[in-house]
Amino acid sequence: MLRVFPFFVEAALVTLELTALALLLGLAAAALAAAGRMSRSAILRAVGTAYVSLFRGTPCLIQLFVLYFGGPQIGINLDPFAAGVIGLGLNIGAYMAESIRGAVVAVDRGQTEAARTIGFSRFQTLRKVVLPQAARLMIRPLGVNTVALLKGSALVSTISVVELTYTAQRFIGSTYKPFEIFGVAALLYMVMVYAVARLVDMLDRRFAIV
Amino acid sequence: MQGLDFAVIAPYWDLLLIGAWWTAVLTVSAGVLSFVFGILFAVTVLYAPAILAYPVRAFMWLFMGTPLLLQLFLIYFGLVQIGIDIPALAAGIVGLGMHFAVYNADVIRAGIVAVDVGQTEGARSIGFGKWQTLRYVVIPQAIRNTAPPIGSNVIALLKESSIVSVIGIAELVHSAQLAISETFRPFEFYITAAALYYILNLVLEAALHRFERHVEVSR
Repeated sequence: MLRVFPFFVEAALVTLELTALALLLGLAAAALAAAGRMSRSAILRAVGTAYVSLFRGTPCLIQLFVLYFGGPQIGINLDPFAAGVIGLGLNIGAYMAESIRGAVVAVDRGQTEAARTIGFSRFQTLRKVVLPQAARLMIRPLGVNTVALLKGSALVSTISVVELTYTAQRFIGSTYKPFEIFGVAALLYMVMVYAVARLVDMLDRRFAIV
Repeated sequence: MQGLDFAVIAPYWDLLLIGAWWTAVLTVSAGVLSFVFGILFAVTVLYAPAILAYPVRAFMWLFMGTPLLLQLFLIYFGLVQIGIDIPALAAGIVGLGMHFAVYNADVIRAGIVAVDVGQTEGARSIGFGKWQTLRYVVIPQAIRNTAPPIGSNVIALLKESSIVSVIGIAELVHSAQLAISETFRPFEFYITAAALYYILNLVLEAALHRFERHVEVSR
């Protein structure tokens, strides 16, 4: 067990890297989708809504499979890691879009009305009044999404990305000790998950209004 | 790069529908399991003596902190090592059921705590025992108040059930994989599987919505 432990730590770092990149992509997709869903243009609204509905309405596993195994048929050839980042990122982006929209909608209407009354434009109101308040409300739901993403990243082992779960599976083949091997992997996931959860708690408290 | 041709689906349509049927069976059975154990865990954590409450709490902590995929591997491949050999279908239902039981327990526990203390006092003062108060007064209200988050857990369960294909359960993803192994057409079959999941999702959402309305009316 001690002999394989360094490989597990290395694999856990890949899981973190994967999660971080997918998080960036997800946030970008989510911001665009949320803006689209709240825009005045019917086309942008429809595009945003379709993205959120399709990616939330189907399993992440299938999305990864369509992208990685189906992609070459429509001219998209990705290596496993890139497919993993894009698949996980687009999936979590749909959930994050709802978190962002929820936070923006939760900001009191009176704030917008007051800002408009004193002569702020629509954009200024959004930029200087609504978003700073919504940003605080987003921390917790986006944090929950990030934890889900971290755990969900185990799925990319099925498209042979060499991360923590894949590494564990590979060592089962040579050690025949699934209980210990998967146990150690589970422990490493827990360390990462609860570290992220703590970080979210700290951020949430740091930016709390009261 | 080959052209797309969705006509390849036709001969495999029955296979995909059987897969979708098993996905529904998995979702319903794991859903019931997760609901029952969700209540059980919540009550244990809140009211049972420490010797029971702490192991359940540790169990919840463990299941919330690790990926479902790993939990399924542990149940299916890991338990064999310590002499517990369960068939794939049972491992899948138990794994999915326990995974979501933990999330339901978390929600229901908060729901129980949120029920007005006057309800318990009222029930106790008209002669209900502790257990009766919980069973007939507190838990029904807690469940009703937490129906929406429990519903979204069931919707998540439907989608996550796709993961059990990795331990060889013949559900929708597995059907698609079988068809792909004969036709080498992953795009067409995975898109079709995705569409079937989307439809199942819509049906489930509609059913949950009706159920929630039903619960509202009887209030």
